[in-house]
Amino acid sequence: MPDAPGLELIRGEIERDRPGAVLATSFDRGQAALIADPERILDVLAWLRDEPGHRYDFLSSLHVADYLPAEPRFGVHYELINRDRVERVRVKAMLADPGDDALPAIDSCVDLFPTANFQEREAFDFFGIEFRGHPELTRILLPDDYVGWPQRRDFPVGGEPVTFTYNERNYG
Amino acid sequence: MAEPADLLDDRTQEVMTVNIGPHHPATHGVLRLVVDLEGELVRELAPVIGYVHTGIEKSCEDKSYWKVIPFVERMDYVSYFFQMEAYCGAVERLVDLEIPPRAKYLRTLFLELNRIHSHLVWLGTTALDLGAISMLWYCFRERDKILDLFEMAAGQRMHTRYFQVGGVIEDIPLGFEEKCRKFAEEMPVRVGQYEALLDRNEVFLQRTKGVGTVERERLLELGVTGPLLRAAGEPWDLRKAFDYLAYPELDFKIPVGTVGDNYDRYRVRVAEMVESARIVAQCLDKLPDGPFIADDRKYVLPPRSELPTSMESLIHHFKLVTEGFRVGPGEVYYSIESPRGELGCFVLADGSAKPARVHFRDPSFVNLQSFRDMAVDSYIADMICSLGMLDPILGGVDR
Repeated sequence: MPDAPGLELIRGEIERDRPGAVLATSFDRGQAALIADPERILDVLAWLRDEPGHRYDFLSSLHVADYLPAEPRFGVHYELINRDRVERVRVKAMLADPGDDALPAIDSCVDLFPTANFQEREAFDFFGIEFRGHPELTRILLPDDYVGWPQRRDFPVGGEPVTFTYNERNYG
Repeated sequence: MAEPADLLDDRTQEVMTVNIGPHHPATHGVLRLVVDLEGELVRELAPVIGYVHTGIEKSCEDKSYWKVIPFVERMDYVSYFFQMEAYCGAVERLVDLEIPPRAKYLRTLFLELNRIHSHLVWLGTTALDLGAISMLWYCFRERDKILDLFEMAAGQRMHTRYFQVGGVIEDIPLGFEEKCRKFAEEMPVRVGQYEALLDRNEVFLQRTKGVGTVERERLLELGVTGPLLRAAGEPWDLRKAFDYLAYPELDFKIPVGTVGDNYDRYRVRVAEMVESARIVAQCLDKLPDGPFIADDRKYVLPPRSELPTSMESLIHHFKLVTEGFRVGPGEVYYSIESPRGELGCFVLADGSAKPARVHFRDPSFVNLQSFRDMAVDSYIADMICSLGMLDPILGGVDR
């Protein structure tokens, strides 16, 4: 982990090369996070991956959290590792819910980090986040005909009705 | 009459799509593979997953923090101690709870026993795929001894719920140390016997050497971690990279391979078993005295013996069991080295007694992406071998 001043230094350098791409930083419980502009997420990720002296070139995890009732409500998290300095940094992009049936969208980072392929599909599957430019954005764990985005906080925990055809036929 | 060569041409020109699984003994779980075959050669391959998706992450959002532990254990059902450690460690970091030194050592001890157990299951089933049936019996014999140790300490052979937020649920019982030490001494000898069976076995060598090779750079791109990455020569192990539990105080090596074929994967895992046995022995040697769970009554159940005499303990007990403890808003990502690679746990707390999000970065799920690179343009029989060497646990992939 970069410490709090180290995080500010990284932010300053990104601000110099990609002005406005990083909106804020957070340093909480020893974990450093850069909060990026979702429209420019690839700028930030590419800078962190390629900048000499930084090289956060290993994406260990991509996941989404729903911060309902906060706005913007969806947070896309990228956990990056710099294997030379053995440091982690989190990049976070907050996405608003566009309302109705429209899906919140962000650029896919599969070209930068091929490992994101499955993980972006998982995020799409459970949260309905559209990753623009993803080669195959389909459901991965749920059935293809599933309706809804079950990991969203306002998706009820229920269950699918189970029909016991044997019982109905014989005793119904 | 057609010459044999013509027949061969006809056969190789035809591409046939074959569905393997989801219920097939060689897929090590409920994995479905859609394979395009040209003769016996695999030309394209797509894994289809989700058959054992049970919505564990969603269910966790409806449980208080301490009730989540048995849920997450059941994701990757072969390395349950690792799931518990990832989750409990994340919650401890959220509430800023330091666990006592004895708990650190006990956790390390059980994690490493679990690593040996997981690798034994892998070695037995993968060797079985290659026709070495006796390996399965030998590996499961040793695995049973580990399960006996788990049962002795936790009362359960699998899904022990032994780790708690703040430490472990109970101290190890009398006689455990002796039995565990005996196991740690015996295990390297047993590993030597496995090697004697496999390492000079011509069939095994020909089936694994030079098969399923993936370059180190490609593995890194695909986010592959664990023995698969180390077999390709990248010495990346979270136990060494990031300090957690008792690992900084222990002496162990990280085995790495050279070319990254299936033989290297086998060698790395087998060498890891020996190193894990060494860690187990060191944990027993260095096991500090003192409490095995933190003494913070806001998060940790009071000792049973206090309940009949102390009103305050009873209140704490009641509060913890009914409502659970509350965690202030925040989020933590904590990752450890599981037998399959980086196992990360992300916990988002919203101030209530239930987590707002529990996400597991499961190594099997991410590693499965490299399977296409391993198997395309190889024989279908080698594809089965590569899948075994990949060691996916589908409970972890699908969650």
